[in-house]
Order: sequence, then structure tokens, then C-alpha cells
Amino acid sequence: MKERIIEMKKGFRPSGLSFVRFFNFFGRLVIDLVNNLGAATIFFGKAFLMIFRPKQFPEIIQQVYHIGARSSNIVMLVGLFTGMVLGLQLYYTLVKFGSEGLLGTVVALSLIRELGPVLTAIMITARAGSSMAAEIGILRISEQVDALYTMRIDPIRYLISPRIAASIISFPLLTAFFDLIGILGGYLTGVMLLGVSGGSYFSRIQSSVGFIDVRIGFIKSLVFAVIVSTICCFQGYFTHLRSDSHGARSVSLSTTSAVVLSCVMILIADYVVTSFLL
Amino acid sequence: MPVETPLIEFKDVTKRFGDQTVLDQINMKIYENQITTIMGKSGSGKSVLLKHIIGLLSPDEGTVLLQGRPIHKMRKGEWDRYRSQISYLFQNNALFDSMTVFDNVALPLRQTTTMSAKDAETKVMARLEQTDLMEAAAKYPSELSGGMQKRVALARALVTDPKIVLFDEPTNGQDPVRKNVILGTIAHYRKKFGFTAVLVSHDIPDVYFISDRIILLWEGKVAFQGPYEESTKIDHPMAQEFLRSLEGFEDELTGVLSKQMFRARYGMMLNERQEERTITAVLFSVHFDLLVETLGHVGAAEVLRALGKYINTNFMALGGFSVRTHPGEILAMLPYTGFQEGQQLVESFGGRLQKEALSNIEALTQAKVGAGTCFEISVYAGITEASSSEDIDRIIEKARANLGIIAIHRCDPKGGGI
Repeated sequence: MKERIIEMKKGFRPSGLSFVRFFNFFGRLVIDLVNNLGAATIFFGKAFLMIFRPKQFPEIIQQVYHIGARSSNIVMLVGLFTGMVLGLQLYYTLVKFGSEGLLGTVVALSLIRELGPVLTAIMITARAGSSMAAEIGILRISEQVDALYTMRIDPIRYLISPRIAASIISFPLLTAFFDLIGILGGYLTGVMLLGVSGGSYFSRIQSSVGFIDVRIGFIKSLVFAVIVSTICCFQGYFTHLRSDSHGARSVSLSTTSAVVLSCVMILIADYVVTSFLL
Repeated sequence: MPVETPLIEFKDVTKRFGDQTVLDQINMKIYENQITTIMGKSGSGKSVLLKHIIGLLSPDEGTVLLQGRPIHKMRKGEWDRYRSQISYLFQNNALFDSMTVFDNVALPLRQTTTMSAKDAETKVMARLEQTDLMEAAAKYPSELSGGMQKRVALARALVTDPKIVLFDEPTNGQDPVRKNVILGTIAHYRKKFGFTAVLVSHDIPDVYFISDRIILLWEGKVAFQGPYEESTKIDHPMAQEFLRSLEGFEDELTGVLSKQMFRARYGMMLNERQEERTITAVLFSVHFDLLVETLGHVGAAEVLRALGKYINTNFMALGGFSVRTHPGEILAMLPYTGFQEGQQLVESFGGRLQKEALSNIEALTQAKVGAGTCFEISVYAGITEASSSEDIDRIIEKARANLGIIAIHRCDPKGGGI
């Protein structure tokens, strides 16, 4: 018994049994997951509260420009082609049932409730989220985060809070742009190319899209903003604690993790939020 | 006599990273308004020690005290006040690459003070001027040389008027002239602004000239702490081994022997002749501080470099050997030369120095400080006879008492020296 306790104190090493090894691996995975989730939640909470500190406004405006304004072109381009594809695909599906007049409704509802928030969030993750993780990661490995601390500038306040605030501001706005351009894209293919009535297209949108649809889309975009900005900043900020790599390689791995994890979490959160709101 | 309370004190501080103990029961003291230099091999925990002072790391065991008060027990307000008095100069400068030099230096003022934009700009420009960075204000750090980046980091560290400045290897990767310039700048600013400096440096002997106290770290423990003079005398094998391993054969700037080598050579000379005999020693001196004021740190270092090389060329052929004993002083020992002969040698050396070397120094320095800047270089020499049983410090004192001008060079504004 005494030997067993000593062994446990040293750190339990599983015996050769494969199911014990499996539980050991799985247990560690769950513990790591819970640890990271807890750390990320505290990280977000701290950063969110610091948004309202003095001297933050100029930093937030700067980040809105980087995350929001500079992502607008790519978001609108993707929105246009998404709307155009939807117009094409849905026209040929609806025409089979003689319901092509509903094209505007289907395009608008799919964009506003689902595709707009999700695709916008994924596009911003690819463009701005990756740069957030990489930039903060480089600041971390080159001791610039420590330098901020030594200058009495809270790194979370100075680096993270403005990015989270800018994401919360930018995501819904870009989603709105995406929806709008997407509806116009559907109009281009459905009305101008395939001959659906333009008046019917817009009147159906007006009659079928309610405030609740817009609200669902905006709630989703806000949730995605929090998820993407927290994951990307968290990955960059704790680059130096990665056990699998160091230096520049750790920044590259953190950036990859940030993008992959953000995309996966966007889709999971999309399902969860949809199931709660519908 | 009252015992001075140290500004910062480490009491039994231990720090481990995994299984490795980096700091092992460290006890050390840092006093106010002094330059304390921490030395040690790579990986001996010097930077870890500095990071404990500013709170980037906290000890696993033991305490760090500020004027007798443990810093980990400080309340938030007190801790903020303590931190507001400290600046840290990182080994790799840690400048923000996406900001200009001006913005880098202005950052702590903009983010941590309520200073108006105009006042902050005035203060930043003053610091940039003091560190010769006015022309680089709008540039990005990546557009600057390593030395200039170091000065930007120095300007940023000093812009908040800190009371304690921590320098992590400030001369790392610099050439001999630049090393002296950086250390000279630190010493100069210490005098000017009156801060307490803690340096991590390998640059023996340059760093000795500006240090009030030396702390020697060896395998996670403090092997020695005290004034430099004591460090060379203590019979601690670790300290001796360290000094031997770090101090090269010669002073990088001037080319004269390092202090360690000079002492070894002096000891050999005494052993060669067992009987009591007299030695001729000459102390060459320039007003280093005055040169720094007129020529700047680079110009002053160039003058000393040229002087050292010239002394070496002239006296080594006679079996002499020399050492830099002070930023502006070089001691030459002439073991095979009598006093009378020594006097004649110094006199003719002064003549040649005036004719050749000082003009060359002027040309060299003018190129660095800019044409049209007029200045004066006076070289003093003090010759003395000493007994072989006398201590080197006593010999220096005797020679210093006999100092007289042997060469003077005043530039002619119209061109050429007089």
C-alpha cells in the first residue's frame, strides 16, 4: 500500500493495459480542454471588462479599421458570389415545384439567418483572426508583451480588449453587408439572368423576413465575434506556453490552431444558438 | 556607524523551472544611486534575477524586499507606485516593430500618464536628442542599426524618469567603441538623472569602470558581491575562474592589457627579479568627461582607442605593458627603463603624440562629430619610480600626483591643429 501511495505521488503511470492507457489519454484530454476553456473564459472576462478603461477609444477605432473596414471588401465579394450561387441553385430547385417566385424569400432567409453570420465569421477568421493570433504571438515571443508589463501597460488591456471590442462592433456590421450584397447577388442571377420578376423578388423578401430573423442573425454574429476574437487572441497570447514547439514555429502553430479552432467553434456555436433561438 | 538599508534585497530566493534550479537561495543587496552589475555564465540566472525585481517572475521560495518591505505583500496601489519607479531595458530591446521610434518612446507616457500630447512630445524629443536619435524619430526600428535600436530602448527606458533602471545585457552584440558608448551613456545618465542601475553584463573590463558593486552569480548562487576591487582580491575559486574565463587578454577598446592580464604580467615581472628593485611607471590621462561633453560618447571612445593603441605601439617595444585603470587613464609599466630614461621617453612620446596622433584623432573624430566642431584634447602624463613591493593602486596614486600636460591639441576652426 505504501509503495502504491509513493507511486501515485510520483505521478501515476498506467500499466500496459490498453483501456487504462485510453482512459489516461482521454482523461488528460478532457482535463486540458476544461483547463483551456476556463482560462479562455477568464481571459475573455478580464479583457471585456477592460474595454471600458480610459485611453481605449483610439485603440478600438484602430482595430475596427483593421478587423472591420479592411475585411469589408473580401466579405462583400464572398457575399456577392454566395448570393449569386444561391440564386442559381434555388431557382432550379424551386422551378421544379413552380415556386420560383419564392426565390427572394429563400435567398434572404438563408442569408440572414444562417449563411451571412457563419460565412462572415469564417471570412473574418481567415483574414483578421489569423493576423490577430500571429501578431500577438510575435509580440509574445519577442518579449514585447513583457515590455508592456514593465512599462505598467496591462497587455490584456492594450492588446486584447481593443481587438475583442472591435470584433463585437465589426462582426454584426460586416454580416449586414454580407446579407445585403448576398441578396443583391441573388437578384443578379435570379432576376437579371434567369428572369424571375424583380418586384416579386423584393416584395417576397419584405413580406417574409421579420425582425426575429434579423435578430437571430445578429445574435449569432455577436456570439461568433466573441468566440473568434477570444480564441485568436488567446492562442497568440499564450504562444510561449505551447509544449509542442518554440519560437517562430509556435507562432505558426498557434495561428493554425486559432483559425481551425475558430472555424470549428463557429459551426458548433451556430448549431447551439440556432437550436436555442428557434 | 549606521548600516545603510539596501534599496532592493533578495532573501533566500529560489527559482526553479521544472527540475532545474536556476536561483538557489540567493541573498543579495542593491543600494540606492549605485550601479550594480550582475555577472555570470550564460544560463546562470542573471536575467531571471532581474525579472524578479520587476515582478515578471516571482520566487518559488524566499522574498524580494524593497527598502525592507516584501514586494509580494504590497497592496495594488503600493505595487503600482513601486513599478512606476522601475524601467527595464531588454536584451533584445523589445521595441514595437510596427511603431516609429517616436511612438515607441512615447508609448509609456501616452499609456500610463495624464500628460498632454504636447508635453509628451517635448519630453520624447528631449530624450531622443540626448540619445542622438533626432534624425531617426520617424523611422521604424527595423530601419535602424543594432546600436541605434539599443539607444531607442534606452530612451524609452528613461523617458518616464525612473528611479531604478534594469539593463539586461545592454552591450550585447555591440562593437568595442559602441560598448563603451552605451556603458558611458548609462554612467552619464546615472549621474544626470540620479537613478539606481542594475546591469547584467559580460563586458569586463569596460563594465568595471562604471560599476559601484559587482554581484557574481555562479551555478545559481551568489559567489561574490561587493566593490570590484574586492572581487579581484577574494580567494574564491569560482570568482577567480569566472574572472579569468571572461576577461580576455586585452581591453577591447584600447588594445592595452586587461586588468587580469596586467596583474599576471606584473606578478611575473616581480618573480623574475627576487630582489627589491625600482620600476618606472607612467600614468597617461585625458579628461574623459570633458571629451564626452564636447565630442559625445562615440568621439570620446575614439580618442581613448587611438591613445591606447599609440601608447601600446610606443612602449611595448621597450618591454612595457599597460592597462586601463579608469575610463580616461592608462597606466604603463616600464620594467627595463630607468627613471631618467623614462622621463626622456615620455617627453619625446608627447612630442610625437602632438605632431602625429592627436591630428589623426582629430581627423577621425571630426568625421564622427561633424566638420566645424572645434574641440581641445589635452593628454597628461605622470611618471613615478616605485618599489616592486608597492601595491599597484599606490603606484597609480603616486603617478597621478605628478601629472602634467605632455601634449595639447586645439583645433583651428579654419583647419589644421595648433
